[in-house]
Amino acid sequence: MIELENISKVFNRGEANEVAALRNINLRIEKGEFAVIVGANGSGKTTLLNILAGAEKASDGHVILGGKDVTGLAEYKRSKWIARVFQNPYTGTASDLSILDNFRLAALRTQPKKLVIGIDAGFKQRVRDMIAKLGMGLENKIDLLMGSLSGGQRQALTLLMSVMDTANILLLDEPTAALDPKSSALILNLADRLIKEFHLTALCITHNLKYAHQYGSRLIQFQEGGVLRDYHANQKGALSLQDMFGWFE
Amino acid sequence: MTFYLQALQLSLCLGTMCMGVFISMKIFNIPDITTDGSYTLGAAVTAVLLSQHVPLILVMLASIAAGAIGGMLTGLIHTVLRIEALLAGILVMTGLYSINLVILGRSNIPLIGTSSIFNLITVFSAEISNNLVVGMIFIIALVTLLTFVLRTDFGIAMRATGSSESMVKALGINNNRMKIIGLAMANGLTALSGFLVSQFQGFADFNMGIGIVIVGLGSVLIANALKTWLNIKSIAAQLVLVILGSLIFQLVLALTLASGVDPNLLKLATAVFVLIIVALPRVSSALKKK
Repeated sequence: MIELENISKVFNRGEANEVAALRNINLRIEKGEFAVIVGANGSGKTTLLNILAGAEKASDGHVILGGKDVTGLAEYKRSKWIARVFQNPYTGTASDLSILDNFRLAALRTQPKKLVIGIDAGFKQRVRDMIAKLGMGLENKIDLLMGSLSGGQRQALTLLMSVMDTANILLLDEPTAALDPKSSALILNLADRLIKEFHLTALCITHNLKYAHQYGSRLIQFQEGGVLRDYHANQKGALSLQDMFGWFE
Repeated sequence: MTFYLQALQLSLCLGTMCMGVFISMKIFNIPDITTDGSYTLGAAVTAVLLSQHVPLILVMLASIAAGAIGGMLTGLIHTVLRIEALLAGILVMTGLYSINLVILGRSNIPLIGTSSIFNLITVFSAEISNNLVVGMIFIIALVTLLTFVLRTDFGIAMRATGSSESMVKALGINNNRMKIIGLAMANGLTALSGFLVSQFQGFADFNMGIGIVIVGLGSVLIANALKTWLNIKSIAAQLVLVILGSLIFQLVLALTLASGVDPNLLKLATAVFVLIIVALPRVSSALKKK
């Protein structure tokens, strides 16, 4: 469960170019909820995600994950709860490492990385089985360098990596922005499957209204640093795509 | 012949420094030039302690520790104060110059009649052959150890830190701490090189480290070219290539000297050689595009 209490974010406070990116946000995302966030550029969506992940500090307010106040916790410590998929497929994976090594680190997201060799036959098989779910034929290429794969493949692997270790929260920041339509559909479909299978609490930013309409159990629209619309499961089901296009006219 | 065997010997002694540069430059993507200072620091600590007849193993550990502290300082300046790694390295290197002078107490300490790692084992009666054997055993042990470390979960995290910082943070790795540990390792290895070279050449000198980072850089670049050329991926093989790079580098320098170049021009020759290694791939790819 995610609770955001009175979150505000001001960039360049007190200077001529002061920007209020978020204004007093109060949000509560229940366990297992898949919230899709839409909104124009500069409406504060990505800032909110960064504050949740700890990549940026809120100017005001509290971030509470699973009942624990993590406001002051560094980004790498919040990985105990949070798995992330970034907008740029190259950000979420290490190009110079093999697929296998990337998965090894992901499998230790919430644990210390010790001075022991953790990759054994059993682990390799686990990774192969996991990757076989994608149907991309990558399961027999786990020694390939991540850098030799396409953006779509890397984004799909990043998603799988997020469930290699116990995950509670999945943050997706425009995961399909850099992908072609076919890969985009595949990624969102996979995300939807994983969120349901692993009972994840998920937040996904997208500019694609079709996807926002199709996926998720909740829809939130941001505008100028605040929540403009917030539709829960039933209300979201009643929305038509046409209604949503109307929001942005 | 002795001339080239000595170059081979020196390349093994400098090999640990080259592995250090490999760690900072290739694994962490940090241009660290603390190297010049930590190399001399390792030699200075070695010379002073050996003159006091401290046991060899303690001398070795002390010189590694001294270099590691130098690297940690660079790492702290870089991560905590957020100063560029290059500048952080220059600052520590400059500071170490004075520290090294203080440790040595004078510009040069000869090591005559003191114990030496090269006399620990006697396989061959000829000094130079025996030195080579000891050097090789040492380097093989070190490559094995480093290969192990880089293949562990911790080692994977180290390698990832230089590749994708956002990923590393999202996977629960404290990337600042990682960088500090990495720079400590790199400079510990560099100081170990100072430990070996001072015993090999029989003295420690306060300016023996000047420009040594270029030697490491050149060796790692040669190793990198070989890696691409031979399409090598395994960590162990990459470390062996770094040693091979160090060997090629020293042989080229030996050949330069043998061809009658004024020894005073050796640093210039070194710089030009590294320039050629760096420039060649760029020039050749530019020509291909035409």
